[in-house]
Amino acid sequence: MTNKQRQTLYRILATAILLVVLVILERSTNWNPFVFRILFLVPYLLIGHDILHKAWKGILNKQVFDENFLMSIATIGAMLLGETVEGVAVMWFYQIGELFQSIAVGKSRKNIAALMDIRPDYANRLFEDGHFESVDPDEIEIGTLILIQPGEKIPIDGIVVEGSSTIDTAALTGEGKPQYATVGDTVISGCVNQDGLLKVKTTKQFEDSTVAKVLDLVENSSMKKAKAENFITKFARYYTPIVCYSALALAIIPPLVSLLLKTDPKWSQWIIRALTFLVISCPCALVVSIPLSFFGGIGGASKKGILVKGSNYLEALADAKTLVLDKTGTLTKGVFKVTEIQPTKNHTKEEVLEVAAIAESYSNHPVAKSLKEAYGKELQRELVEEEKEIAGQGIQATINGKEVLVGNEKLMEANQIAYQKENHVGTIVYVARDKEYLGSIFINDVIKENAKDALVEIQHAGIQKTIMLSGDNESIAKDVATKVGIHEYHAGLLPADKVEHMERILSEKEKNEIVCFVGDGINDAPVLSRADVGIAMGALGSDAAIEAADIVLMDDDLGKIPMAIRIAKKCLRIVKENVVFAIGVKVACLILSAFGIANMWWAIFADVGVMVLAVLNATRTMINLQ
Amino acid sequence: MKKTYEVDVDCANCAQKMEDAANTVEGVKKASVSFMTLKMKVEFEEGYEPENVMPEVLKACQKVESDCSIKL
Repeated sequence: MTNKQRQTLYRILATAILLVVLVILERSTNWNPFVFRILFLVPYLLIGHDILHKAWKGILNKQVFDENFLMSIATIGAMLLGETVEGVAVMWFYQIGELFQSIAVGKSRKNIAALMDIRPDYANRLFEDGHFESVDPDEIEIGTLILIQPGEKIPIDGIVVEGSSTIDTAALTGEGKPQYATVGDTVISGCVNQDGLLKVKTTKQFEDSTVAKVLDLVENSSMKKAKAENFITKFARYYTPIVCYSALALAIIPPLVSLLLKTDPKWSQWIIRALTFLVISCPCALVVSIPLSFFGGIGGASKKGILVKGSNYLEALADAKTLVLDKTGTLTKGVFKVTEIQPTKNHTKEEVLEVAAIAESYSNHPVAKSLKEAYGKELQRELVEEEKEIAGQGIQATINGKEVLVGNEKLMEANQIAYQKENHVGTIVYVARDKEYLGSIFINDVIKENAKDALVEIQHAGIQKTIMLSGDNESIAKDVATKVGIHEYHAGLLPADKVEHMERILSEKEKNEIVCFVGDGINDAPVLSRADVGIAMGALGSDAAIEAADIVLMDDDLGKIPMAIRIAKKCLRIVKENVVFAIGVKVACLILSAFGIANMWWAIFADVGVMVLAVLNATRTMINLQ
Repeated sequence: MKKTYEVDVDCANCAQKMEDAANTVEGVKKASVSFMTLKMKVEFEEGYEPENVMPEVLKACQKVESDCSIKL
C-alpha cells in the first residue's frame, strides 16, 4: 500500500469508529437531534473532505459533472434532509470503493511490471587486462566487449566472441526451451545466460537493443485506446449531465405536479429519491474496469511472448474473421535444405554447387543460405566481381570474368539459356555460366510440425477464412496449402504483389470485418502495416518486424496465433460483461429509486458494489489461459 | 519529437482529464495519458522545446485535476 492508500485506510477506520459511537449515543441519549447533526459532521468531513474539495475545484474550473460532484451533492442533500447516517455512510462506502480500486490497479501494475522484469540493470564492460566493471547499459558503445556471467541478463544485443552457454529466452518468448549459443552466434538482450561465461561484442546501443524496444512497446501499449475505452470516455461525458438533470427533474417535477393537483407535494421524499438516483448513477465501475481489463489482457499476453501494441489491436483481433498468412517462415520453417543436385553431362555436382554458392555469397535470401550451407567450405568471395539481385528471378554475377546466372526459370528464359526444365515440388535453382547451362539444384523448405494443428485451432478460435500468400511457384504453394489446410492461396507473388493482394482482400471485405496478416517481417513489412492487424512472428531480433507489426510474437510458434485470439476474445468478453452488468444494475436501480423502492443503501451497492465486482472481473484477464 | 513522462494521478477519469488538458497546450501536437502505466506521452510541435512546453502542460493539468503531478 502506498502512503496515500494507508492514509485513506486510517480515515475509513476512524470514520467507522466515530460513526458507531455516534449511532449508539444517538440511540441511548435524548440530546437535541440538532446536536447530533453537528456531531455527525465530524466523521463526514473526516471521510469526505477531499471529495468535497475536488468537487468544489471542478465547479471553479467549469468541469462540474464528475463523480466527486455526484457524491458531494448526494451526501450533502441527504444530511440536510435528516438522513445523516446515510449521508456519512455513502461517503464512507465510496471511499472504500476508491481505495479498493486503487489497490487493485496498483496490484495489476505491479504484476505487469513483474512480467516484464527484463530490464537489465547493468552491463559488465570488459577491459583488455581481463578485469571488468559494471556500468549502466546506456553507457556501452557499439563494438564494446562485455562479459556476461552465468545467471545474468544479457544487457545488450551482440555477438559471442568467446565462450558458450545455454540461453534462457523465456522472459521474451514465453518458451521454456533454452537455446545454445557459441562463438559467432547472436545473443539477444533480455534473455538470461544460464551456465557458461560469455564474452560478447555489442552490435547495438542499449536503446536500440531488443530489450529496450520490447519494454518501450509494452509500456506504450495502453496509449492506443480501444474503441470500448473511448466509448466509455464519451459515454461518461454525456451520461453524467443527463443523470444530474434527470435527478433535478425527479426532485422538482413530481412535487410541482402534486401542488397543482392540490395534494401534499412531499418535497423531502422526492429530493431523497433524486439523491439516491445520483448515488446509483456514478459511472466509476465502467471508467475503471474497462481500461483495467485491457491492461490485464495485454499483460497476460506479453507473459506468453505475445506483445500487443495497443488495446485497439486486441479488440480488433477478437473480431478477426480473415487471416492472411505468409508462407515462408510462417507456415514453413524458412530453413531451406538442398535435397538434390542434377548436373548436366559435362559437370559434377560439386561444381554446380560451388558456382551457385559463390554467386549467392553476398545474399541473405534463405535459398542463398541453404546453398552456402550445403557447400560447407570457405567461400572464395573475392572471385565475385559484380553481383546483382533480380527480384523474383535470382542472382546475376560476374565471377572470374564469366557471367553466372543462379535463379529460377524466369531468369533462364530472360537470358535465353538452353536449360532443362525440371518437375519438382520445391524450389528449383538453375545454374548457368557463360550462357552454358550447368545443372539444377533442388531446395525444399520444411513445413512447421504444428502448422496443421495450429490452423485447426485458429478456426476454432473464430477465423473463418485463411489465405496464404507465397512468392514461390504454384506447385510449392499448392503443396503447402493442401498439407496444412489453407482455404485459399496465391502463388508466385513479388513483395509488391503481396501488398496488392492485401489491398484487394481489404477492399472486398465487409465494412466492419477485420483482416489479420501474419508474416515473419522479412519482405512483408509493408503488408504487415497495411493489414487491420499485422502480426509479426519470430520477431526476436528483427527490428523491421517489431516496427511494422501491431502484434509481435517473439518466437515463430504458430500456436501463439490462436492463443492470442483467445486472449483477445476473453478480454473483450470480460469488457462486455462489465458493460452489461454495470449498466444493467444501474438502470434497474435507477428505475427502482425513481419509484421509491430502492433506498440509499441500494444505491451504495449499485455504486460501490458494482464497481468492486467489475474490477474483480477485470483482473481475471490477467489470469493466463492454459 | 516525442517524450514520455511519469505522472501521478488517482483515477482513470482524472487521467483522461489530464490528457484533454495537455492537448490544449500550445506546442503539444498530441498528448496521451495512460492511467494504467501512469505515463504521459507527448508529441511536440516543430520548433517547440519540451523544457518550455511541459511546465505549461503541468499547469493546465493541475488546473483540472488539482492533485496530479508530472515528473519533469
